[in-house]
Amino acid sequence: MSAPLLSVKDLAVTFDFQRRGAWPWTPPLKLQAVGGVSFDLAPGECLGVVGESGSGKSTLARAIVGTVPSSAGKIVFEGRDLASLDEEARRVHRKDVQMIFQDPLAALNPRMTVADIIAEPLITHFPATSKAEARARVAELMERVGLLPNLMNRYPHEFSGGQCQRIGIARALILKPKLLLCDEPVSALDVSVRAQVVNLLKELQRDLGLSMIFIAHDLSVVKHISDRIVVMYLGRLMEQASSRTLTTRPQHPYTQALIASVPIPDPVLEKARVRPVIEGELPSPLNPPSGCVFRTRCPKAEASCAAKLPEILDLGQGHLVACPFHAEQSAFAAA
Amino acid sequence: MLLEVQDLKVTFTTGDGPVNAVNGVSFGIDTGQTLAIVGESGSGKSQTAYAAMGLLARNGTATGNVRFDGRDLLHLSQNDLNKVRAQEIAMIFQDPMTSLNPYLRISEQMAEVLTLHKGMSKRDAVTEAVKMLDAVRIPDARARITMYPHEFSGGMRQRIMIAMALLCRPRLLIADEPTTALDVTVQAQIMQLLGDIRRDFGTAIVLITHDLGVVAGFCDRTMVMYGGQVMEEGTTEDVFARPVHPYTVGLLRAVPRLDRDDGELQTIAGEPPDMSRLPAGCPFSPRCSIAKPRCEGTRPTLVHMSDFMGQDRRRACHADLSEVA
Repeated sequence: MSAPLLSVKDLAVTFDFQRRGAWPWTPPLKLQAVGGVSFDLAPGECLGVVGESGSGKSTLARAIVGTVPSSAGKIVFEGRDLASLDEEARRVHRKDVQMIFQDPLAALNPRMTVADIIAEPLITHFPATSKAEARARVAELMERVGLLPNLMNRYPHEFSGGQCQRIGIARALILKPKLLLCDEPVSALDVSVRAQVVNLLKELQRDLGLSMIFIAHDLSVVKHISDRIVVMYLGRLMEQASSRTLTTRPQHPYTQALIASVPIPDPVLEKARVRPVIEGELPSPLNPPSGCVFRTRCPKAEASCAAKLPEILDLGQGHLVACPFHAEQSAFAAA
Repeated sequence: MLLEVQDLKVTFTTGDGPVNAVNGVSFGIDTGQTLAIVGESGSGKSQTAYAAMGLLARNGTATGNVRFDGRDLLHLSQNDLNKVRAQEIAMIFQDPMTSLNPYLRISEQMAEVLTLHKGMSKRDAVTEAVKMLDAVRIPDARARITMYPHEFSGGMRQRIMIAMALLCRPRLLIADEPTTALDVTVQAQIMQLLGDIRRDFGTAIVLITHDLGVVAGFCDRTMVMYGGQVMEEGTTEDVFARPVHPYTVGLLRAVPRLDRDDGELQTIAGEPPDMSRLPAGCPFSPRCSIAKPRCEGTRPTLVHMSDFMGQDRRRACHADLSEVA
């Protein structure tokens, strides 16, 4: 593998959290949103991050962009540690890493025209850009993402959800970033429009050679778009493998449960499926279980799971799993 | 038929003129059956159910015929309608937090249903409520019934809503996107619970959703809606295996599947329609790949397909069946 574009090593993000009504001098509670997460991202690769709500996947994205400070570990982008960057270098870094958000309308300023929204990053980073040049770039990008350039003087509310997401994508691309972070980019969209945006992202990634991190809770979409997938639970990495391996031969009990929970739009298969539903819900991140964070819902949990964090085992070909009792299980007997 | 809806139309009066949210929807559901109403946002799937239940917003009017067990729901007096809604039809919504009163303990909210509609004493009502919470598998129900809604997780709140809906043993349960706000592992738990309820109580269930996967695993029959109209209807197996409407065909191809390599996703061009400016003809015609001039001019009616492989199928499309597949 060539040198990774992004390398995350043992990343932890901890938030201080003051209990309501507490004295000002009581030490704040610690909420660990992400802990001990490591992965590499090759240039031009798309990495999927899946997890349920509270799994820390969005916090991970924010740490990579640099909007939340990491409390431990390293984020190395193009060979440079993010923590070592000064203000100026950090600004350059932000230019290379752009983000797309879940709620397409909320991510756009309602008082700005589409042209101003898309051009804003360009004006911010290159204040010398002439108006005409900015307009030309905006028109070019709008065309690229499938919007009519003559709509550039309209306001966000005049567009549908799918079109707003395209505006968000155009804004993210205007600085020609090296890495695009997509945080649940299609979960607010209707099924028929979702496919359009997924295809657009895939096409852009291929044509522009973008590296992408695609965060979503919908495993079917993540599998479709990603080369590799990281599965997270309560801030910790559970399993990491190529999309194909992860969805056909998952090893971690949580990944297996997750796959078993995803309904398949095929009545014959779906009604015949035996579904080992896992009980319970995500524990509070303020008071996570000791040892393996998944043990409270894990069908394979043993007393030893509570004692210490499970080691991350390398099964070869980049397949990592954080469970000593891992065992291959074919997700779909019929497939 | 337990519930029979015929030619239901819903119109909202708005500042921008009338909006026709539902245009002539007909369907029926038998005792103990499950029917899915599938559609994207704005397809009129929720408004169809709200209209049938008399729950439309103030500016909405419903016309047509809605019969529940022989009674005409659209023309029932408020009093009689309340009785039907409380005791025979129940509804659960997408967001359980907004459907529960945050200021009241769960016990108060649940007991109220029984004291009001069944004339039970408070004490008996609470005992009954605890039983129902046990039935929806809330651990330690006796102790937790005195808690407030915010003390429960999203999945637990949805369980409480289901328990509350079942208190009067309704014959029909309308579930409007019951799992959309939940995580997949919790969604699987709730769908399994709804399946058990149908088996144990014989409740008919109308499931309103946009998730084709959930429909596939749960429903006997499936009705696909678009732009306020029914596009097609049939048994779930049949609709998924042999869709007879171009919209259904497109929808099924647009969903990535976990169980196989799907290659490039097929998309439906364009955007869902603006309900205040519906086309004169088929609402799907602007996005349909096989639309003909006739489709833009005249609205297709929903007709029974006589002898479609021995299946009871309905569809609303001008195109020949051979063109659709």
